[in-house]
Amino acid sequence: MTTRAWPALPALILLLVFFLFPVVRMLGFSLEGGTFDWYAKALGEGLYLRVFWNTFEIALLVTVFCLLLGYPLGFLMATTTPGWATLGFIFVLLPLWTSVLVRTYAWMVLLGRNGVFNRLLMEAGLTTDPIPLLHNFTGVLIGMVHVLLPYMVLPIYGAVRRIDPAIPAAAAGLGASGGRIFWRIYLPLTLNGIFAGSVLVFVLSLGFFITPALLGGGRVMMIAVLIEQQVREALNWPFAAALSAVLLVATFAIYALAQRFSQPETTR
Amino acid sequence: MRTGKGSGEGSAELLIEGVAKRFGEVAALDHVSLSVAQGELLTILGPSGSGKTTLLKVVAGFETPDAGRVLVGGADITALLPARRDIGMVFQNYALFPHLSVKANVAFPLEMRNIARAEIDRRVGEALAMVELAGYEARLPKQLSGGQQQRVALARAIVFNPRLLLLDEPFGALDRKLRETMQLEVRRLQRRLGLTTIFITHDQEEALVLSDRIAVMNKGTIQQIATTTEIYERPANDFVADFVGESNILHGTVSAPGLVALPDGRKLMVDSEAAPGAKVGLLMRPERFSGGGLNEFSGEIVEAVYLGTSFKLRIACEGGPELLVRQPARGTLPAAGTKITVGIDPEAIHVF
Repeated sequence: MTTRAWPALPALILLLVFFLFPVVRMLGFSLEGGTFDWYAKALGEGLYLRVFWNTFEIALLVTVFCLLLGYPLGFLMATTTPGWATLGFIFVLLPLWTSVLVRTYAWMVLLGRNGVFNRLLMEAGLTTDPIPLLHNFTGVLIGMVHVLLPYMVLPIYGAVRRIDPAIPAAAAGLGASGGRIFWRIYLPLTLNGIFAGSVLVFVLSLGFFITPALLGGGRVMMIAVLIEQQVREALNWPFAAALSAVLLVATFAIYALAQRFSQPETTR
Repeated sequence: MRTGKGSGEGSAELLIEGVAKRFGEVAALDHVSLSVAQGELLTILGPSGSGKTTLLKVVAGFETPDAGRVLVGGADITALLPARRDIGMVFQNYALFPHLSVKANVAFPLEMRNIARAEIDRRVGEALAMVELAGYEARLPKQLSGGQQQRVALARAIVFNPRLLLLDEPFGALDRKLRETMQLEVRRLQRRLGLTTIFITHDQEEALVLSDRIAVMNKGTIQQIATTTEIYERPANDFVADFVGESNILHGTVSAPGLVALPDGRKLMVDSEAAPGAKVGLLMRPERFSGGGLNEFSGEIVEAVYLGTSFKLRIACEGGPELLVRQPARGTLPAAGTKITVGIDPEAIHVF
């Protein structure tokens, strides 16, 4: 270790004791008895494969919705006046500083059978029976998109801010309409931001627990929810450890893949 | 304000009429009017904050004026979007599209006009040949030197035969030698294509090299529009005299026809028809002094600098002004403290 790295030592020790050690310990659990039986169960039985598939599907949808909502927001924040940008930041960052638990309960109040949304819809006469928004796929999706949106908005905001304002101005002067400036200039120059935000949201989605557990009401099974059930209810720690290991490897794989395909930084 | 003669060939291609623009309390443009003839290169010269960039943005359509009109070829374009103006512009830092190749950058304005692929290829090839960048089609902007990027920006601005070419301090980032090469190249291209051009700069030397006419701006108004020689030889006021070239500016009162009395009592013979009693400014360029003349100044050298082709001397005159004088560099550089007498003839003094 060079002398310049010494100040990082406390943090390294902390990670070693409280992160790396438990992870290694957990991997040890999964190989209990010296066999790969628990892995065979996790990856071999249709039921559990479905949970993995479900998790990926939700993560993908959450990423897509975050992108569709987050791009316009990040873009506007980066191109509007400082006053509006600050307001945007407050709305994006305030939820980020609020506990996920609090936000998820707030969504339960909004989305329930007798929740705010359903009452509004029924009073407006748009529906006679409450629409099921909670304890299902839709509820989980709404909650997760909300919680993860800042992770999409911020990289996109950064990417748009890095573009020299003279570049879109030059495109306009050369005859490009607003739409063409977007497709030919802004979009290609913000691909890195889109990519970074998407990887972040997708990877965070894979391991999401609180929101799917509460808004899914046990009916939407994601991998983290399954792991928690195995630990708390089935008391099957080796199997939970094997599932965790699979999730960990999948996350690493996606991250490594993302690194491979991320473009080299485009400079001005 | 004095409007020069020699606005030259043809009719007014660009007409700016009473354009005003305020940013809060600051009047960036205070009812500016000017016209640029077909094929002319007009330089807008001024210090930073003089409003020259704002004026260019109004012409390009990136700023909407509070008052006034902009006409190109007789048509009012004041309310037109930038994309509809058909104006080629080279930005200060070029604003090349970093993710597009040289070829795609130059092809961009043609693609926006939905021109056929074969025609685009032909015209991009021509434009790149014109700026001597044939063979660089596939490079990205960041793989080019500053001068090459500049050429790409220029090719991109002229490839679609714009009605006007706007150049916003395009040589600022280049070193001196390259800047001089590019200046001459731009001038050659502009003449060859007959492009009506507005060139923005704060560099008076650059303005003198490039322009047909110069408009000197300060504090949102045009101080003088005239040919390069007229701006240099016969500036309209203190600001122009001081901003363009080195100068000695004195103020006095006409005491008799052809005679100006300075505050210190000294009288100078001048070639002017100003009436007695008029308060006038006198401009004496440093290089117009010689060893003697009808008006003589004696004094002591305060500072002497060797500049290769000339000596630059600062002379404190007895009981009077301090003068900046240039003499051809012959012999040894006079030391500070040396007594010296210099003279200037009446016709070399500009009265304004």
